[in-house]
Amino acid sequence: MLKSATSTLLRRGIKPTTAAAATTRSFASSDEPLVKTALYNLHKDLGGDMVPFAGYELPVLYKAENGGVMKEHLWCRADNKSALFDVSHMGQIRWHGKDRAAFLEKIVVGDIAGLKEGSGCLSLVTNETGGIIDDTVITNAGEYIYMVVNGATKFGDMKHFQEQLDKFDGDVTMEYLEDSMQLLALQGPGAAEAVSKLLPSGFDLTKMAFMTGVETTLDGVDGCRITRCGYTGEDGFEIAMPTENTVSIASKLISDPTVNPTGLGARDSLRLEAGLCLYGHDLNETINPVQAALAWTMGGPKGRRRKEGGFLGAEHILKPDGKLQKVVKKRVGIKGMKAPAREGAEIYDAAGENKIGEVTSGTFSPCLKVPIAMGYVETPLSKKGTEISIKIRGKMQKAEISPMPFVESRYYRVPE
Amino acid sequence: KIHNPQFRRHLHTITMASASVLFINTARRSIAHALRSPTIMSSSSTIGSSIRLMSTYYTPAHEYCKVDGNVATIGITDFAQAALGDIVFVDLPEPDDDFEAKESFGSVESVKAASDVYAPISGKVLEVNEALTDDPGMVNTNAEDSAWFIKLEVGDESELGELMSADQYKEHCEKEAH
Repeated sequence: MLKSATSTLLRRGIKPTTAAAATTRSFASSDEPLVKTALYNLHKDLGGDMVPFAGYELPVLYKAENGGVMKEHLWCRADNKSALFDVSHMGQIRWHGKDRAAFLEKIVVGDIAGLKEGSGCLSLVTNETGGIIDDTVITNAGEYIYMVVNGATKFGDMKHFQEQLDKFDGDVTMEYLEDSMQLLALQGPGAAEAVSKLLPSGFDLTKMAFMTGVETTLDGVDGCRITRCGYTGEDGFEIAMPTENTVSIASKLISDPTVNPTGLGARDSLRLEAGLCLYGHDLNETINPVQAALAWTMGGPKGRRRKEGGFLGAEHILKPDGKLQKVVKKRVGIKGMKAPAREGAEIYDAAGENKIGEVTSGTFSPCLKVPIAMGYVETPLSKKGTEISIKIRGKMQKAEISPMPFVESRYYRVPE
Repeated sequence: KIHNPQFRRHLHTITMASASVLFINTARRSIAHALRSPTIMSSSSTIGSSIRLMSTYYTPAHEYCKVDGNVATIGITDFAQAALGDIVFVDLPEPDDDFEAKESFGSVESVKAASDVYAPISGKVLEVNEALTDDPGMVNTNAEDSAWFIKLEVGDESELGELMSADQYKEHCEKEAH
């Protein structure tokens, strides 16, 4: 268990011991004990089947009446219901200093300087060849910029950020909220209703747009943050709270009969139905934003950031006029196969003769009741409807390139 | 034409003889089985009909193998279905396919992952359970009865000696759970 510390301040040019500790713990080896989140005991009490993930012990599913991957998944999308996930393994970072936006634009794609206060966006951290180091949600929190990165990659990310900080001449500091805050995700058509019970009476959720976030009191606890975003395709919120209040807030939410504790298994099938990437599987450092069909994170073709570039590896992704360089492979959705195709399955052309790509994620869709998958194929064969074959257990199965999301997304729209 | 009483008596004698031969043979088998102590369910009936013995064997990979005569009904155990969670897809072979013992003959899949299923003994597929194609979830509720996967024609009876008894399997599961 990590020693509880309040925020770890990492100042440019100075390497305090805490920074060193954070950066050397880059990869959880099998010798290191798994970290428990604040909700570990609650998960066990709820019947959580605990597994190692990103160096943490988290529930893959719950052995409970409404538990199991299938039931938890379907509950998340059901009318008036919502799923509660413990995502405390993810890295929460605050960026301070007057040059914070300028610095971030060197290490991530997208118009960070242009984010209005309270607005957020999906962005990508890139390396020198334009490969993706991580995907992240970044929010302009007024006095600081709030960033959430993946649990498995957070220490590697921060090591990279520190290296870039060392090269940057300006006023910016990185604050890793190590154990001071935990993170929950509440996702589903009933999420707004459920979380509204914990928000102050004046808080009007109907006016809170998708991809915006604010600091707020939650269940009487100050210093929480709520962001309307998620990883399921449904309306939902990511909620950060002080570690010491996490159990009470989570218990409050779970006491609502419309809220169901939900594990990593359903989290994965939900995001795949929504066409969302999982870093380490659908994204890695050998893949660039254009190949990943995430060029939109770089902004529109006429946008400032497309013409300016300025982020690591931009010259490998963008042409000088801001247009995208051609890529040899593209991320696609795949459907039509009879058996589930899993990560690593080889993709062939319709005749089953030439290998044209690989599956990077696959599952059986609980909502659609058919196998769905995501993968990369040679660009000329990446158009929707293209017939392909997938080798599953030695046999060629017919499939086709499919648009994503597989299940329609229902992100919140503020009424006009 | 069995109206001839003499013939009928003759037939009766043959039947008796066959029955006793069958009895002796099955008795031999049942003694051999008893030495390996599998589960034996026997239903004896009136003289003139054969005595049926059914034995159920298990594998470390959580398949069961119910042997009735020379037909083995194979599936995954209740322990396995509980470990796998909601089953969404079962991949089965075709009738007449041949498998060696320990060879994979198909797979059983949950939302999260696929698991191979292995032939406990060698044999030729006589029947596959088509019901599993439409309702793979049956495996969760009826793993050890109606949600069998395949029926194999037993190739080499001696292979049954390699398998576990119910007690041995139970012990195996208890060890795995820790």
